Amino acid sequence: MSEIDLAPVQPAIEQYIPKGRAGLLPALHAVQKIYGWLPEEAASEIAKALRVPLADVHGVIEFYSMFYNEPVGKRIIRVCTDQACALKGGDGLLNHLCHHYDVTPGQTTEDLSLTIESSPCLGLCEQAPVALVDDDAETNISPDFHDYELGLPRSIVYGSIRKLTANCGEGTTTLAKYGEYEGLKKARTLGRLQVIEEVKASGLIGRGGAAFPTGIKGEGAEKAIGKQKYVVCNADESEPGTFKDRVLLSDDPHRVIEGMCITAYAIGASKGYIYIRGEYPYIVPILEDALQEAREVGYLGDHFDIEIRVGAGAYICGEETALFESIEGKRGFPRVKPPFPVTHGLFGEPTVINNVETLCNLPLILTEGAEGYRKLGTEKSPGPKLFCVSGDVTQPGLYEVPFGVTLRELLEMAGGVKGGKSLKAVLLGGAAGAYASSAHLDVKLTFEDLRAAGLPLGSGVVMVFDETRDMRDSLNRLGHFFAHESCGKCYPCQMGTQRQMEILNRVANGKALPEDMIRLQDVGWTMTDASLCGLGQTAGSAVLSAIKLWPELFESGSLPDARVEVKAEKKIIVKTMKPKAAKKSVAKAKTAKKATTKKTVAKKIVKPVKAKAKKITTKKSAARKSVKKR
Amino acid sequence: MAEITLIIDGQEVTAEQGKTLLEVAREIGKDIPTICFHEATTANALCRICVVEVEGQRVLQPACIVKAGAGMKVQTRSEKVVRARRTILEMLQSTMDLSDAPEIQQMMVEYGADANRFPGAERRESEVIDDNPMYVRDYSKCLLCWRCVQVCADDAQYTFAINFDGRGFETQIGTFFDKAIPETSCVLCGQCVGVCPTGALKPKREYLLEQGMTPQEIGVLNTGRKQRKQR
Repeated sequence: MSEIDLAPVQPAIEQYIPKGRAGLLPALHAVQKIYGWLPEEAASEIAKALRVPLADVHGVIEFYSMFYNEPVGKRIIRVCTDQACALKGGDGLLNHLCHHYDVTPGQTTEDLSLTIESSPCLGLCEQAPVALVDDDAETNISPDFHDYELGLPRSIVYGSIRKLTANCGEGTTTLAKYGEYEGLKKARTLGRLQVIEEVKASGLIGRGGAAFPTGIKGEGAEKAIGKQKYVVCNADESEPGTFKDRVLLSDDPHRVIEGMCITAYAIGASKGYIYIRGEYPYIVPILEDALQEAREVGYLGDHFDIEIRVGAGAYICGEETALFESIEGKRGFPRVKPPFPVTHGLFGEPTVINNVETLCNLPLILTEGAEGYRKLGTEKSPGPKLFCVSGDVTQPGLYEVPFGVTLRELLEMAGGVKGGKSLKAVLLGGAAGAYASSAHLDVKLTFEDLRAAGLPLGSGVVMVFDETRDMRDSLNRLGHFFAHESCGKCYPCQMGTQRQMEILNRVANGKALPEDMIRLQDVGWTMTDASLCGLGQTAGSAVLSAIKLWPELFESGSLPDARVEVKAEKKIIVKTMKPKAAKKSVAKAKTAKKATTKKTVAKKIVKPVKAKAKKITTKKSAARKSVKKR
Repeated sequence: MAEITLIIDGQEVTAEQGKTLLEVAREIGKDIPTICFHEATTANALCRICVVEVEGQRVLQPACIVKAGAGMKVQTRSEKVVRARRTILEMLQSTMDLSDAPEIQQMMVEYGADANRFPGAERRESEVIDDNPMYVRDYSKCLLCWRCVQVCADDAQYTFAINFDGRGFETQIGTFFDKAIPETSCVLCGQCVGVCPTGALKPKREYLLEQGMTPQEIGVLNTGRKQRKQR
């Protein structure tokens, strides 16, 4: 290993030192920015400065897939090969890039200029296939891979109402445009307890997936006694197929911030955090600017301020207690509940943690009043709801509708199944959700109707699969996703996601063994019944729903291969993203001749990334304007 | 001390408030199996082998940490419970080397677990790490109960020499950048070896005896080490 100049470490992490261990993730991010990875000597410096045991620092680096303890390329391209992108050629894109750079997924070129990885869902599903090129989103990549958009992704907003998305679709809404925090003003006139009563009366239910009544959370935290109370915005949106929070945060950050201010006022919190997933780096500056604007006019300040925390590639950190652990500078292991966050949350103090969309409802509830708010939606599911529509549908995008529209109505709004094909399935709620079939088209999309139909609302994912799709491929990706994202804490999920992946892989390759269906059911139900947290408890849910809908898919040896390119597929999905694997996979030296030819081809394909990026921002500025429709 | 009444497997039980379901069940002679649980370490409820069914709860509850509550109706061997325990045991067997874990092998028999339930399953294999004079580490036998990490940290020794590598199925106990034990903060206190339930951490002498060395040969080894040290 060459000598590492440690001089830049100290200035980079100085501001995080007073935070102690809680400063670990930001410090690791800052140092990784300097070296591109986290050398042992630098990690050691961080450990000393923050007073965290060395082994613990290493444990944290190992946990998050976007932290590297081996050298990686100066540029990192993460190609999404998850559900929605797979339907649009994500695998082909990955193959194409790897072929041109003579690497396999997860490898780094020998000159350390580039690393190409396959990635779990990047939250850009409506613009699939996509990739993340360092901190820029590469979206709407054409089938020949030559055309794409790079930079801040578009917001594509449709639907029958525009309440939560009133300011979405035309770039970031500044405070000047957003106007005063009317909801917060109203809250202050009502008084703390009345705000909580109003939210309870509105019937607002959390939009992150767990469907917990928001008012009850606020009430619990208001009553709880602690040294300090916290409000946390869960922006770790990582559920495959979900992108609503990305749109809300990048287009209307003040609505989220106002929602946090209202919550803070109601429960008496003086500190807030926005925990945003590491795969949304392009939103961080938008949030920083918005927070600064809010500080300048006094919405934020000594009484209540908000800090941004950036995740580092761990789906589990969307689980509320794992998210707390992550903010506290630890591995994202979910905690045992009870105690619940309202009494023992972040740093063991009373905490309200809400999803971005949930928080965006609060200003609305206060300005319109609970009664006014309830005019939309149904009795048990009041208000507006965002649905993330993607896959084989004519008009993928973010749809805002009142609770109560049916799946059929929503799909009709989206122009129906693409290419006039018929519907095979809809994945509702994401990877942690369940498959619905055409038999479910007339189910109303509400908490109560979906529950009655045995389907989850989850985070509002509506991913469409047309009649030509082999669902075994989708299942195979689900299997890989959960095996990759399990934290490894509790046994049912740690081993169950692995066994589930192995069996689904056999199924997808037409090599199912006798009794594989029963194995999947035992593993699935064991994870559902016995896992420690929501990840494990839902890791088998979509698979179990598929067994009900299409038992024939799981029969042994009766069907041909699910995919044409089984071999290539296997290569792509193997877990090559682990930092640990990086060293082994540095590409073999190429011949000089080969390298030059590659370079010229490469110029065409990815060199233009930067140059073209500039072009795109100017040339495509018109096209990049978001689609907006009533 | 306040007393509460609850029902375990149809039997009315009076128990001290604040006790866990595991404690209460054991007091009345009910056997609830445990793997990760240890009196000396903080219970993390991660093996989930002690789960029981509590009426009104959506999911199974880990008996090692859930407190007995008044009026609770608990089933320690419902169909769901048995399926979960059996499947967890079968997955363990397909993942790791349980040859030094007779208690778990006994559980396998009791729950009718099939040792070959998961054909073609990836196992967690690891080379034996023999890098210090006190103990060897064989992570092929590690079932990730976390006890060693806990006693090394704030459950006992406050040494913080070990933590986790990787995540999910690929989790393994490890040191800072995989350093050898003598290069870490380890003080060779041996507490981790003491709490290891599966022989993944083993005293060096025991390991060498198992390898077929005689006590005399081991003695010579030690002398050699001492002499080297003195030089």
